[in-house]
Amino acid sequence: MTTPLPARRRRVAPALTYLSLILTSLVVLIPLVVVFLTSLKTSEEVADGGALSLPGDWLNFDNYVTAFNDGKMLSAFGNTAVILLFSITGTVVIGSMTAYAIDRFDFRAKKPIMALFLIATLVPGVTTQVATFQVVNSFGLFNSLWAPILLYMGTDIVSIYIFLQFIRGIPVSLDEAARLDGANSFTIYWKIILPLLKPAVATVVIIKGITVYNDFYIPFLYMPSEDLGTISTALFRFKGPFGAHWENISAGAILVIAPTLLVFLFLQRYIYNGFAQGATK
Amino acid sequence: MTETTHTAPAKVPRATAPPPGTAHRSSPPRGSALRRVTPWLFLAVPLALLVTFTYVPVGNMIYYSFTDWDGVSPDRNFTGLDNYEQIFTRPELFRVFFVSFYYLAASAVQIVIALYFATVLSFNLRFRNLFKGILFFPYLINGVAIGFVFLYFFQDGGTLDSVLSWFGADSDHAWLGDPVSANTSLAGVSVWRFTGLNFVLFLGAIQSIPAELYEAAQLDGATRWQQFRHIIAPSIRPVVSLSVILAISGSLAVFEIPYIMTGGATGTTTFVIQTVKLAFQFNKTGLASAAAVVLLLIILLITWIQRRLVPDEKVDLV
Repeated sequence: MTTPLPARRRRVAPALTYLSLILTSLVVLIPLVVVFLTSLKTSEEVADGGALSLPGDWLNFDNYVTAFNDGKMLSAFGNTAVILLFSITGTVVIGSMTAYAIDRFDFRAKKPIMALFLIATLVPGVTTQVATFQVVNSFGLFNSLWAPILLYMGTDIVSIYIFLQFIRGIPVSLDEAARLDGANSFTIYWKIILPLLKPAVATVVIIKGITVYNDFYIPFLYMPSEDLGTISTALFRFKGPFGAHWENISAGAILVIAPTLLVFLFLQRYIYNGFAQGATK
Repeated sequence: MTETTHTAPAKVPRATAPPPGTAHRSSPPRGSALRRVTPWLFLAVPLALLVTFTYVPVGNMIYYSFTDWDGVSPDRNFTGLDNYEQIFTRPELFRVFFVSFYYLAASAVQIVIALYFATVLSFNLRFRNLFKGILFFPYLINGVAIGFVFLYFFQDGGTLDSVLSWFGADSDHAWLGDPVSANTSLAGVSVWRFTGLNFVLFLGAIQSIPAELYEAAQLDGATRWQQFRHIIAPSIRPVVSLSVILAISGSLAVFEIPYIMTGGATGTTTFVIQTVKLAFQFNKTGLASAAAVVLLLIILLITWIQRRLVPDEKVDLV
C-alpha cells in the first residue's frame, strides 16, 4: 500500500483495481441474478419483457411449486441425500482406514500398494466409464442407488491423501501407549486415530459433499430411471417437458443452487481450505 | 521378508494376552503373525474397490479396444488395431480433438485472470472477503444449473443480448449458432465456472508467503510489479504449474457444460461426449474403448512430461 509511486499513479491504481473487481463481480453475478428474477416472473412476463426486466410480483413462488412438483425435485433431493450419506460415510471410513494401514504399519507390499493408489490418480474417471459401466452392470447395480455410492466410495484417492497428510501429525506414541494398555489395532484406529482425524474428516466431508451433490455424469450414466433422479439429473430432465418455459427452468436451477449458497455462506473458511488442500494433492 | 522381521521389534510388542473378543483372527500363533495380517484387514475393502472400479475397467477397456464388441451381445471379434486406425483416419472422429483447443485457450485466460485477482486480493482491500466469495462461488454451483443459467444467458434476447443493448450494441447474433461462436461461448462458461478454484489456490499460496518479505521489499523501494516478479511469482510457481497440467488434461476431458447446453450440436462435441455417444447410443463399445485408451495415454503422457519438467513436485507418499 505504501509503495513509493508517483502521487498520481498512487491514486489511479487502486481505482482501477476496484473497477476490475466490480466488473468481474458483475460478470459473475448478472447471469445468476437474471435467472433468479426470471424464476419469479409469470410466463407472460417472460414472453413479453426483456431478460433484465423485474418481476411484477416479488413473492410469486408459483414457478417453484411447479418445478418442485412436476420436476420431481422432492424425490431427487431424497435420492441425493441417500447417496450423500452413504458415499460420504464410506469415503471417510475407507480413506482413514487406508491411511492408518499405510502410515502405521510396515509390511512388505507397502510400496507396490502405494503405487497402486498413486497410479490410479492419473486415470481420469471420465475415460474409463465405458468399461466401468460393464463392471457395474455385471454386478446388477445398473439403475440402483448403489452404483453411484460404490463408485464415489471406490475411486476417491484424494481423500486418502488428505487423511495420510493428517495422520502423520498424530504422534505414534499415542498408539503405543494404547497398545501397552492392551488395545488392539482396530480399537486404536476407532478410539484414538479416527477422533483425532476430525479436522481432516471435516475437509473430506465438505469436498466430497459438494462434489457428489453436483455430479451429473455418474447418475446420468448409471441411473436413467425416472424415479432415481438426483438433483442434477432431475434438473437436466427439465429440458424436455418444460421446453421454453424459462420461468420453471429458472426456478429449478435456483432450487438446486440455493442449498449450495447456504452451505457456502456458513462454512466459507472450511470450504476454501478444503478445496485448496484437495486440489493440490 | 527382511523388512517385516526387522521392523517388528521396532514397534512395541503386543500385549501378551490379547483382550477377549477383539482379536481379528482366532488364536494367532504369535503376535507378529497377527501384526502381519492387520494392515491387510484395513486395506481389504479399499483395495477391493480400487481394483474393481479402476484397474479392472482399465484392463477391460484395453481388451475391448481391440474388438468390435457392441457392449451387449455375447460374441465379440478380435479386430486388431482397426478401432485405433478409425479414430485417427476418420475425420469426423478425429475432429473432436480440435474442440479441445478452445478449452485450452480458455484455461490460459482463466489462469491469467486468477493470478491477477489472487495478487490483487492478497493485499488489504475493502470488501476483500466479499470479492473473494463472489469470485469463488461459481465453482461450487451444480453443473446442470450452470448449463441452464448460460443457456438463458446466450439465448436470443437473453441476458447477454439485453446487457449489450444497454450499451447500444443491438446484436442479433445467435451465440450458440455456429461452431466458432458456440465453442467460444462454451469455453467462456468454463472460464466463468473454474476461475474461482485457480484463484483460491493461488491466493492460498500467496498468503503463505511471510509478510516480512514484503516489508523488506518495500523498505528497499520495490514497486508492486517488482514485488510480484521477485516475491510472489517464485513462491507460487508449483501451484501454477500444477494448475497448467490440470488445465491441459481438463480441457481434453470436457463433458458436462457442452453436453448439457448443446448436446454436442453445431460442432461442440468434445472427446468425452463423442466417446459416451459411441458407447451408449451407438453401442460401439470397442471403438469407444479405443478412444478412451487414446485419451488415457495422452493424459498419462502429459503427466509424465510434467514430472520431467518439474521433478521437485513429485507427490511424496511413502
